[in-house]
Amino acid sequence: MTAAQANLDAVDRQIIEATQGGLLLVPRPYDEVGVRIGVKGSSVRARLRKMLEAGIIRRIGAIPNHFALGMTANGMSVWDLDDAAVAWLGPQVGALDFVTHCYTRPRHPPQWPYNLFAMVHGHSRQEVLEKVEQISRLLGQAAYSYDVLFSTRILKKTGLRLQAAKG
Amino acid sequence: MTTLDTVDRHIINNLQEGFSLGERPFRDAAVQLGLSENDLITRLSRLVSSGLLSRFGPLFNAERLGGAVTLCAMQVPRDRFETIAQQVNAHREVAHNYEREHAFNMWFVVATEHQEEIEGVIAAIQSETGLTVFNFPKQQEFFLHLKVAV
Repeated sequence: MTAAQANLDAVDRQIIEATQGGLLLVPRPYDEVGVRIGVKGSSVRARLRKMLEAGIIRRIGAIPNHFALGMTANGMSVWDLDDAAVAWLGPQVGALDFVTHCYTRPRHPPQWPYNLFAMVHGHSRQEVLEKVEQISRLLGQAAYSYDVLFSTRILKKTGLRLQAAKG
Repeated sequence: MTTLDTVDRHIINNLQEGFSLGERPFRDAAVQLGLSENDLITRLSRLVSSGLLSRFGPLFNAERLGGAVTLCAMQVPRDRFETIAQQVNAHREVAHNYEREHAFNMWFVVATEHQEEIEGVIAAIQSETGLTVFNFPKQQEFFLHLKVAV
């Protein structure tokens, strides 16, 4: 979906650009955004509310740095889950409080039989594996096989800068 | 590592979503947390500047905003790993790249402005490296539990 399809106008895009790196930590942060882009703070707040309701903003709040907080183990658990079970088991995996992202993605047989990806963060590999075991119990026989891919190195991390200015 | 005291933990555990869109949002949040507005702002500033929080503010949904994103993986021979990492990372459309312990040992995110550009980036990486790039576009997303307890 492009910015235009999401019904974002030029002011919305300016608000996105002004806030995607974080709010200023001052008593009236939305007014500050308004000053920067030349609209009223109340308009900034109303537009952010609309974007939140539309799902363009996932949430507003503290965005933790997992690694800095000691969650240094990161395991991508991948599951060959019965396609017929995805609709009812997928949401249950996604709702586990230690699963940060949960998606279905295409299989690439024979090298890659897995269709469900659930990212698990923990303070240690042992903790991640214990959590993966909980997912395994939840999925039961609907999962034919699974694996856990631990990350060993970040090769690049630029952050996703949103290209909202185009439209 | 900077240490967190119980108030910091209380803040992080309770302020990862639902931040007020009122005129004085930190005051609103501070009331909920049992802190003063000034104390909350001071602590958040410290948590951000020490890197324990990446930032404080809205988290946008990249796909809803325009642009396309996909996850790709390759099976890279050990002796060519560093060279290929450089070739992959040289593409500005490659946003993240992780080494993982598996036959599929390189996993990267490709982000482009338009969906049709994704294929071009994948084709370029395949021709530069001579390796197959496996494309794993997201199909369904289940509730993202982006909160983390500390």
